[in-house]
Amino acid sequence: MEVLDILVVDDEPGIRSGVSRILKNFTVSYPFLDDDIGFNIIEAATGEEAIESISKSVPAVVLLDNKLPGIQGVDVLKYINENHPYILVMMITSYASLELAVKATNAGAYDFVPKPFTPQELKSSIENITKHYFLRHMTRKLHSEGKQVRFQFLTLLSHELKSPLNAVEGYLKMMQEKQAGDSIDSYMEFIDRLLSRINSMRNLIIDLLDLTHIESGKRQRTLREIDVTLVARSAIETMTPLAIQRDVSLSLDALSPVFMLADSNDMEILFNNLISNAVKYNVTGGWVRCSINKENEIVVVSVSDSGIGIDPDDLPKLFQEFTRIKNPLSKNVTGSGLGLSIVKRIIDLYGATIDVESQPGKGSTFRVTFPLPSGQVINGGI
Amino acid sequence: MVNNRKTILIADDDADYLFQLKFHLEKMGFDVVTAESQREAENVLKNLKPDLAILDLMMENEDSGFILSYKLKRMYPHVPVIIATAVSAETGMSFGISSEQERQWIKADLYLEKGIRPDQLQREILKLLKV
Repeated sequence: MEVLDILVVDDEPGIRSGVSRILKNFTVSYPFLDDDIGFNIIEAATGEEAIESISKSVPAVVLLDNKLPGIQGVDVLKYINENHPYILVMMITSYASLELAVKATNAGAYDFVPKPFTPQELKSSIENITKHYFLRHMTRKLHSEGKQVRFQFLTLLSHELKSPLNAVEGYLKMMQEKQAGDSIDSYMEFIDRLLSRINSMRNLIIDLLDLTHIESGKRQRTLREIDVTLVARSAIETMTPLAIQRDVSLSLDALSPVFMLADSNDMEILFNNLISNAVKYNVTGGWVRCSINKENEIVVVSVSDSGIGIDPDDLPKLFQEFTRIKNPLSKNVTGSGLGLSIVKRIIDLYGATIDVESQPGKGSTFRVTFPLPSGQVINGGI
Repeated sequence: MVNNRKTILIADDDADYLFQLKFHLEKMGFDVVTAESQREAENVLKNLKPDLAILDLMMENEDSGFILSYKLKRMYPHVPVIIATAVSAETGMSFGISSEQERQWIKADLYLEKGIRPDQLQREILKLLKV
């Protein structure tokens, strides 16, 4: 039997001994695990004691009361997030502080149990968190074994792939049942929406292929000295029809050829994504400027726009897969939500860095800095 | 007659789902107000008390539907809330609505899987509106 350490942090001795008693003979089993899982309870009466205990021996799960005599539960949560991000934290909270619990969940707590709880409620919460612990553990293991399985990615992906299918199916059913009457003319809006949804699904698949190629590292990279200004110019040409349609002017600011050691496909994907975002998230009559500079062998690419900008709150989410920053201004922009995560992959592959400066309503600048060529760039996976 | 029409707020970040649901609900004789995000729905609620709300679970946050339901019930305790999701059954992801306590603070009246047939949806809505 596997045994997980659970640290209970609560100043009420009754809660601590109650938890110990409830979980002492409790085991959980999952179809994907050979062994049952049991629990070993460690107790702490204060936040200070909890931190001391964690620093000696790291538990799998911490059950954490927020109201503590010394430092508060949120401080312990902060300590855990900074030092032991793999510990799963479950807040114990009274109903009166549910909002705080929601806040704690946003701050990295896995879940919360409202107090008072029945033995059954505690058990089912522990069962959930244990399952999560092992799924994550397995994901990490698979990852470290080089298997490109990512549960969260696949979960999101199935959602992203199924939504357009559901939408298409919905419209077709409405047409099949002649919900808008007998005349085909009444269905033109449905058909337009169907076609646009199919188009965005196609784009998603293209982005997905880009992403998996980069990810798997199986695609043969040919590293050559290439003139990146040519790649940028070709990306600008590709985006020109869309830019004309949106009345956005495109310019390239590069006086002479800039050579760097890179794979031309990677660079094409990078420029296409950055420039198409700058055009798509722009305003009528706006501009996009791409500049490429090389100083002391360091190549800096920047793409600036006069677009709608990004809310500071949204910046941390920017490079996550399937994130599309939504606000009334970006409502009509279509995209797969993968563009910037593709960009990030490429940047990581080249050991480059990316900074974003943005002001809502004014525009954004994405700046990529490629390091000195070390000659040992990236063939193979990440 | 006109005064008797009930207003339903629907919030979903999938514009097509919103369009289709609006179409069906209007055909059933409801007035429909739409919101494409949690934020937009919160703004709508400041000026409008709907007769019923149908909220998507995952919008800009994983639990947008829960938060919205919680906020709506604090403003208008008697307005029925339906939370619609496509996620749980498909992916096995748990959103922790298993315990009674959580139901008590989210306070949604009904959880529905997306893809429910319009006539089934209508029946559930009429039940909640006690028509």
